[in-house]
Amino acid sequence: MKFSSHTGLSQTLQVSLLNTPMQKSSGGITSHLLGGLCCYLRRCIFSVLSVGPLPNHITFIMDGNRRFAKKRNLGEGDGHKAGFSALLSILRYCYELGIKYVSVYAFSIDNFRRKPKEVQSVMDLMREKIEELLQQESIINEYGIRIHFIGNMQLLTEPVRVAAEKAMRVTANNQERVLLICIAYTSTDEIVHAVQESCKDKWNQIQASKEGKVSNGGSKINGLDLHFRDSCRDNATEACSSLHKGVKDAGEKDALLEQNSEKHSDNYSEGEITSCNGIVEITEERKYKQGETASIKLVDIEKHMYMAVAPDPDILIRTSGEDRLSNFLLWQTSACPLYAPKVLWPEIGLRHLVWVVLNFQRHHFYLEKKKKQF
Amino acid sequence: MTFLSCRFAIFCFKVASRRAAPSRSSSKRSSSSLSISWLSSPSRGTSVRKDDAPVSTGITASVPYVSRKGVSPVVECGVPMPAELREELMPKHVAVIMDGNRRWAKMRGLPPSEGHVALVPPLRMVVKLCLCWGIKVLTVFAFSTENLLRPKLEVDFLFSHFERTANSEIEAIMRERIKITVIGDTSKLPKSLQKTITIIEEKTKDNSRLHLIMAINYGGKYDIVQACKSVAKKVQDGIIHLEDINENIVEKELKTNCTELPYPDLLIRTSGELRVSNFLLWQLAYTEFFFHKKLWPDFGKDEFVEALKSFQQRQRRYGFLS
Repeated sequence: MKFSSHTGLSQTLQVSLLNTPMQKSSGGITSHLLGGLCCYLRRCIFSVLSVGPLPNHITFIMDGNRRFAKKRNLGEGDGHKAGFSALLSILRYCYELGIKYVSVYAFSIDNFRRKPKEVQSVMDLMREKIEELLQQESIINEYGIRIHFIGNMQLLTEPVRVAAEKAMRVTANNQERVLLICIAYTSTDEIVHAVQESCKDKWNQIQASKEGKVSNGGSKINGLDLHFRDSCRDNATEACSSLHKGVKDAGEKDALLEQNSEKHSDNYSEGEITSCNGIVEITEERKYKQGETASIKLVDIEKHMYMAVAPDPDILIRTSGEDRLSNFLLWQTSACPLYAPKVLWPEIGLRHLVWVVLNFQRHHFYLEKKKKQF
Repeated sequence: MTFLSCRFAIFCFKVASRRAAPSRSSSKRSSSSLSISWLSSPSRGTSVRKDDAPVSTGITASVPYVSRKGVSPVVECGVPMPAELREELMPKHVAVIMDGNRRWAKMRGLPPSEGHVALVPPLRMVVKLCLCWGIKVLTVFAFSTENLLRPKLEVDFLFSHFERTANSEIEAIMRERIKITVIGDTSKLPKSLQKTITIIEEKTKDNSRLHLIMAINYGGKYDIVQACKSVAKKVQDGIIHLEDINENIVEKELKTNCTELPYPDLLIRTSGELRVSNFLLWQLAYTEFFFHKKLWPDFGKDEFVEALKSFQQRQRRYGFLS
């Protein structure tokens, strides 16, 4: 499989770099030595990169499989198979580098509108590859990867859904790395689901409050409310800044946001906490009375997102040069840099990942510098 | 040793990035035979020079529509569309993140307020081109929910600047039949600005040539949360059932329901930042992004044409077209 149109030496290096240490190299001692050298070089590159900040979560839109197949005059479905091989390589690089979370856009709800034959072949391929991933010698066990399937699983065919559920069950105890496979997913569907669940929660709260369960916490609510009003209402900016200063990176930011929001959201009557990118501000609201709508907050929606199992991505990479999100992680990528290399997904290589991580490290210092200005 | 290796790697990266293409857009820089002084107010009838021959445009002067083979059509406002753009492929809704004003001021040794003053002329230019080239909706990210965390002095200046600009441009806005809508949490804005917004929205509500949506104290997540609250209220009031909540219902509650074209076709962000920064999250599902390295005050007609040309070359598949 050709991955590059560069000179012969760089092409050989590319192929060798993409070869995993576990794969048996064909072609004698020279290939074996070359493969070993490239593996060593790759580890050196990763050691250098590891000195700087590394992203905690990279997400990929694996675009370009069909165009790759067309370009190489391959059969239908072969582009997706090539895409799966590229996925395994990229996963290996990411996990070797030390990136904990990797998510991929495997199949969108919009993709169901493709030709039925193509959809069926992709479903069959997914089931086959999920089962392959669960084999003993696969990358999943090598790196201790926990798999999450993210999306509206009810839209999948039963064999795929069963395979996916099995994969999640079997890898549930793995803790080293996480792989999130977005399948039958669109961001708008995810948001609608989160809205539904939030409304359901609040509806249940209203029903519970009608049965008089809230009244016991009345005086405590007022006390805390006064505390918030006095300390925060006229100094919302300072309150936001002081919270913001305690934040170091995205992961901690999310945790802090959740901690503060969860701590206060059930214990006050006359304030609404809304959050924007980790900053909490207190705003005025009508009094919380029995039977009134319990206010839905940002954290309520966030906790019902399918992607709540992972922190927001630090980098989004979409291959094939298309500069759009195609309804993928719209909520989670609001502050995430977007990269769109022109390479088709099956042709993605180590150099693209290294380039993106270097960009992240350069961008990371700038963002940290900006944060210190507040 | 590893520290030195890291420094060497970063040095190599900087050298390589200086040699890399300056812009992420794939199209070449388009040339324009007309240069428009975007610092001039269109309400005074800008004179545009073409090949040293003055051509009067004057916003109020109507130029007859002439369709000539191989020549761009001249529309009512008198700014011809460049030959490399096609009228039928124009985006209907363009969104803009006007980024880089403070950096522009800092580079010139000016205070941030000067950067905010400098954001108006290119905005005026883009509005004029949208009017001329048939773009129906223009949404601009003027002030985000995160911007509230900036120094109070700067925030106060921004709000007073919005108010002054709105009051001074109202006549031109009415003359050009631009409809203005402000989306965002306006309850946190100064009362005088809220009043100005209400007056402008009321005055321009029947205009239909261009819909200019200003996102002030707006965040994509805020928009979705407030839509969710509205949906919850409807569920509580028995207007809709919980199981009936779908994308259409959520979409109708978003702030962008003020237009029939809530989904931008093209998003332009200046200053080289490659992210959306909590702007129109839901609405950007299938939007084409165009990132340009120039800072917003330096964004001109050429850059706008470059963005439109890049958009017109895109293949939009929506997940299922081949």
